[in-house]
Amino acid sequence: MKQVEEFLIGPWASPELFSWNLQVFIMGCLVCICCALIGTFVCLRRMALLGDAISHGILPGIVLAYIFTGSLSLLPMWTGACLAGLACGVSIQWLHTQTPLKEDAAMGLTFTAFFAAGMVLLGLNAENIHLDTACILYGEIGLIPLEPDWVILGTNLGNQSLWSMGLICFFTLLCTLVFYKFLLVTSFDLSLAKSLGIPVNIVQYGLMLLLALVVVASFEAVGVILVLAMMILPPTSMSFLCDRLPMVLWYCLPLSMLYSLGGIYLAYGLNFPISASIALTAVVIFVPCCLLGPKGGVFSGIVQSKIGKNMGR
Amino acid sequence: MVASNRFFKLGAILTAWGLIAGNPLQASTGSTAAKIDWASKTVEFLSFGDPSMQVIVFGVVLIGLNCGLMGGYIVTRRLAMFGDTLSHAVLPGIAVGYSLSQAKNNWSLMLGATLSGFAGVWIISLLTRHTKIKMDSAMGIILSGFYALGICLISYLQKSSGGGMANLENYLFGSLVGLSQDDLFPILLCLGLVISAFVFLSKELLVTGFDPGYAKSIGLPVGLLEFSLSALLAFCIVSSLQIIGVVLVTALLIIPAASASLITAKMSRLLLLSGILGAVSGFIGCFVSFLKAGLPAGPVITLCSAFIFLALLFLHPARGIIPLWIRTLRRSQKIRLENTLKACYQVLEDSSFKQDSFPQTLLSKRRRKSDGEMEGEINALVRHGYATRVVSPSEGHSPLPSETRIALTPSGWEVACRIIRNHRLWELYLTQEASYAPDHVHDDAEKIEHLIGEKTIRQLERILSNPRLDPHGKLIPSQADIDRGLSHTNFPLTEP
Repeated sequence: MKQVEEFLIGPWASPELFSWNLQVFIMGCLVCICCALIGTFVCLRRMALLGDAISHGILPGIVLAYIFTGSLSLLPMWTGACLAGLACGVSIQWLHTQTPLKEDAAMGLTFTAFFAAGMVLLGLNAENIHLDTACILYGEIGLIPLEPDWVILGTNLGNQSLWSMGLICFFTLLCTLVFYKFLLVTSFDLSLAKSLGIPVNIVQYGLMLLLALVVVASFEAVGVILVLAMMILPPTSMSFLCDRLPMVLWYCLPLSMLYSLGGIYLAYGLNFPISASIALTAVVIFVPCCLLGPKGGVFSGIVQSKIGKNMGR
Repeated sequence: MVASNRFFKLGAILTAWGLIAGNPLQASTGSTAAKIDWASKTVEFLSFGDPSMQVIVFGVVLIGLNCGLMGGYIVTRRLAMFGDTLSHAVLPGIAVGYSLSQAKNNWSLMLGATLSGFAGVWIISLLTRHTKIKMDSAMGIILSGFYALGICLISYLQKSSGGGMANLENYLFGSLVGLSQDDLFPILLCLGLVISAFVFLSKELLVTGFDPGYAKSIGLPVGLLEFSLSALLAFCIVSSLQIIGVVLVTALLIIPAASASLITAKMSRLLLLSGILGAVSGFIGCFVSFLKAGLPAGPVITLCSAFIFLALLFLHPARGIIPLWIRTLRRSQKIRLENTLKACYQVLEDSSFKQDSFPQTLLSKRRRKSDGEMEGEINALVRHGYATRVVSPSEGHSPLPSETRIALTPSGWEVACRIIRNHRLWELYLTQEASYAPDHVHDDAEKIEHLIGEKTIRQLERILSNPRLDPHGKLIPSQADIDRGLSHTNFPLTEP
């Protein structure tokens, strides 16, 4: 019992640890929330792997932006990443429609080529760039508290990364609320959306841009592959618990806190990288949802079919 | 010998291209000293003096061949993203296999990786079959979930063993350093398995890939074949991981096969070509990353194969986009020329061939074009030597465009006659032999007149017994008319 108590208090034991881990926790929550919001719509549109492809495809944009501006600040990186992500999306679409290639081959071809181009650019400019290659793949959320503080007019507002992530999270939330109806209709019924006069293509590209923004912002924290976990797992887990879209979206808020907290404890207990632990927590939470969830979970399905048989008798 | 020389030249060109495209700054500032350095390095690379170099090049070429062959099946079965998922799902197995053997023992590592890859595939099939999760989400979950687990395990093992397992990270991006002859054995074994499977089971694999229902109905063990193919895929991925890494092994599977599928649709040729392309891009990539230290091999190999893909996509003589575009452009130009000539003939015909030349305004009326557009078309005719602008001797100054008179040259006359003949013969053929109504045949003839060959014309003439008049009562110019040329002593053409 004592050990459990110590373990639970562990990450928060001293004031330094507390402030450090609190920042990590907040960052984790913010990343999870905006990834989950975007991810819900991405999953609904069956574009989950396109999200993966774009998250790989932005790498050359980020590296080029870094080479040209020499800073890790968000705006140039986001511009570069959006351009690269857009180029990646457009070339996938072009290869898919204009050549004999099928969509999956076009996707696999494009994103690996883009990613490789980014890696080669990194390799050529290795002496100038302090982007760790492993960091690209799984991020370094644990080092977020090291980012410089944001000072306006002599007032110290706290960690810069947290603020920018928070703003992006707020922006994503705002976009989701404002354009909710458009996103909803275009995700479920494309022809209805067209007949209602919703600009389907603009919604699609807007979603892509938002996706690029979120991926770039989360990139530093969780890397290109784990961002996929943050996008797919929350809506998929929640879809076993409730079947209304607004509920799925709202449940992402507590869920992201759970992920973040679980990730911190897992990393603290077993000495894992925090970002990978957050993804692992997400998987751990996904398993009972999938097995026991009332809406289409594996066991609930079995129970329901038995009840159905009994009633049939 | 000549062939190998050519191959090396091609390789050098492609390499130079890759370097210039990949690194504009350094290529432009490259001094003579750097060039000499490159040259000596090239010689060093191509002479294969260093035994460890031999092993590396051999290994890379082998996995290129291997992945290329396997990729042929992946791409034609639309399993590209499945390959990607599988390559990420092997990561936990690598960590566990490594920790069990406590050494870079190939076999436990490979077994672990293959097993964990299988676990991933199995869970995907469970998720898609028994829950409402769609294929793409299931793949995403397995990809990222297994990957996170693998990262956690690797970092845990590294920390607990005190940095003794640093080279586990090589499996993420791949590395050519420290490749030994023992590492080549699994690759060779996998290659042997892949080739023998493709040689002995080619028909079975083909039919299960393209029509599983039919394959089942003729009694083939479809499930077993599919299973062994994904086992082979897992083995192929695992054996390539050390060199090219988890993230980019997909590239080596997909890109050569996709390039091959641009060129050929025949399965055996596609497999062969994709294997060769994989091996070539491996070789070139290896060479480039040898030239410049610090360039990771996996991404360079990927980029090389992507460049080959782009080159084939745009420049392949028969199917490339640019040659195709040029051919289309030429054809439409030819059709425009022929249409103008046809209009010239019709203008001449309207005046019953009384005169050699005719005013340009009549032609633009006939073509329903403005004078400006007509000017361009006539310029094209003059450029090709099909027509001349006639300047009447009475006028000293150059006439206005609307007053210009046009005359066909003998070659222009010949082409115009041929097109008219093709058109009218076809119209006649459609009305007589295919029972079309006379007012329905024009549009069809309008298209075919540009394509039909002399041989078909001879046949048509034979079938229709050398007709003189088309369904609308107009004259069909015969070979004799064409040969006689245009001069008003010969015209009006002889009525039958």
